[in-house]
Amino acid sequence: MVDRLLGRPRDRETAPSAPPPPEDPRDAVWARVQLARNPRRPHTLELVGHITDAFVELHGDRLFGDDGAIVGGPARIDGRRVMIVGHQKGADTDENIRRNFGMGKPEGFRKAIRLFELAERLGLPVVTFVDTPGAYPGAEAEERGVADAIARSIGAMCRLRVPIITLITGEGGSGGALAIAAGDVVVALENAVYAVISPEGCASILWRTPEKAPDAALAMRMSAQDQAELGVIDRVVAEPGEGAHVDAAETGRRLRAVILEELDGLAALSPDELVAKRGGRYRVFGAFDDLGVTEPIPGAADRPGLADRLRRALEPVGKSVGDALGGRTGRDGRDARDAREGRDAREGRDAREGRDEPPAREEV
Amino acid sequence: MPLTLPFRPRRETYPPDMWTKCPSCSEMLFNKHLAKNLRVCGTCGHHFRISAKARLDQLLDPGTFRERDEGLASRDPLGFVDSKPYADRLVAAQLATGRRDAATWGFGALGGRRVAICALDFGFMGGSMGSVVGEKVTRAAEGAFVERIPLIVVSASGGARMQEGTLALMQLVKTIGALERLRAAGLPYISVLADPTTGGVFASFAALGDVNVAEPNALIGFAGARVSAGTIAEELPPGFQRAEFLFSHGFVDRIVTRADLRDELALLLALLRPAGATDDASGSVRRG
Repeated sequence: MVDRLLGRPRDRETAPSAPPPPEDPRDAVWARVQLARNPRRPHTLELVGHITDAFVELHGDRLFGDDGAIVGGPARIDGRRVMIVGHQKGADTDENIRRNFGMGKPEGFRKAIRLFELAERLGLPVVTFVDTPGAYPGAEAEERGVADAIARSIGAMCRLRVPIITLITGEGGSGGALAIAAGDVVVALENAVYAVISPEGCASILWRTPEKAPDAALAMRMSAQDQAELGVIDRVVAEPGEGAHVDAAETGRRLRAVILEELDGLAALSPDELVAKRGGRYRVFGAFDDLGVTEPIPGAADRPGLADRLRRALEPVGKSVGDALGGRTGRDGRDARDAREGRDAREGRDAREGRDEPPAREEV
Repeated sequence: MPLTLPFRPRRETYPPDMWTKCPSCSEMLFNKHLAKNLRVCGTCGHHFRISAKARLDQLLDPGTFRERDEGLASRDPLGFVDSKPYADRLVAAQLATGRRDAATWGFGALGGRRVAICALDFGFMGGSMGSVVGEKVTRAAEGAFVERIPLIVVSASGGARMQEGTLALMQLVKTIGALERLRAAGLPYISVLADPTTGGVFASFAALGDVNVAEPNALIGFAGARVSAGTIAEELPPGFQRAEFLFSHGFVDRIVTRADLRDELALLLALLRPAGATDDASGSVRRG
């Protein structure tokens, strides 16, 4: 099984016209992160205003409440009916507090599921707008099952029998973005970014300081162009001038044209073909080799070598009580392990680094 | 101070010490007894983390497990380098665990019933989900689909593997898509949540069991506890993100001790067997 990764060549809109790229690639990607987060950048409702001829916002998940960070409802674009679902950031501090900075809560994702299913019943294509730092990481979100809501929203998108077009317009932040981003076609604005974790969170974990966020942003290849090369994004749409924030109406016009074009492309597919094709799009993601069955891993024997045994024999018992299978459930144990010799500190970090969410979010 | 000897350990391995101190009650536990007790503290009931292999040994009928796809290994798609290259981290984890990646899947029998089963190993880079873990969970679901048998996934993971970037994130969709097809086919899926199950793993296949079974006091949540405690200034409720917290909020069906897990799963498999499957446990076992 060789490379399952790159596969499809992507047609892309023309390359960046706007900011002359700075010399350092790290600065270049960081500039894009800043553009993606620019508070003057047009957010979902503003873009929807430019793109649609009519839109009625619907509220509430029918289970708990209404989440201002995720908006949606039926709309009409050039005479065609669609269902809109998107993250909503605020334009200023007041609105951001109301919108929770675009960080979805469980009720937001469950509202999205409700709208997806309504769209399916009525045969309306779905257009999602992705712009979030990530799902809300607070205690109340955990109490109401934010992971469950995200997983079920992705599940609803996987089985939906109508076309789904996903537009990443700003920040594509981890699971909170993906919850409404599993489309048939994934389009991104030129200065949008998409990543598995915020660059600050990644830097805090792997570099141990959020100040290394630009390095993390570069390493994760989070710019729209890089994501298009990976096949995660199908199509990149150029932004006007210095970026979408200078001309929201023009940005909307460009997105509108792309939506109509993609709707036309997907209209030819039957519901079964749509679901199968969407399943296939996500089934192939991954980059691995199959090294075969019997090859033992060189150096990994069952029995410790002489040096190990000697070393352990000489070590005081109290110092070697650590159970590398996972000493303790939680951070205390890990910190204690970190405090031991350097070898164990490295292991301790390895144990932590799979975190999907940052230990600190600087931006929110 | 530990003695510092002038040579490095040949490889990083689980230290085979005689004694282990229980991190919960501080009791010194004789390792042989601990192993006999399925790595659960006999004094306070603390469940130590266990490897995927130990998990499969505990759950499956002896000699029935047939591993699939054990040779899958990640390719470092981004050429990711932080303080050290991802490729080096992979090699170190492979040497430490003797495994190619953090997931093991195959077919086996549990209480005489054939199942597709996948277990994650927290000892391999925190059990994090990159391309290989996502692929193995997906193939386990597809294996269950093809054979029309139940699926069991035992999760122990910090979440998506950052070093694989959005390709790790795409594994959420890939695994969930496979589970959707399983569900549409009327086949049951049991998710076992061990300590810890967080981030992108909990926000995908681990949360979606038809039955979610958790080990006592397992850390289960979306955002790391420090995220919530550190930046969102609010008091965390007692037992926050522990199995019992999830249970009381309705996201876990059962909290089951390790000693009871095998019998509990066997009973669930008997009661939830797919429509049309035989009830005769021994008759449904196939070797291979």
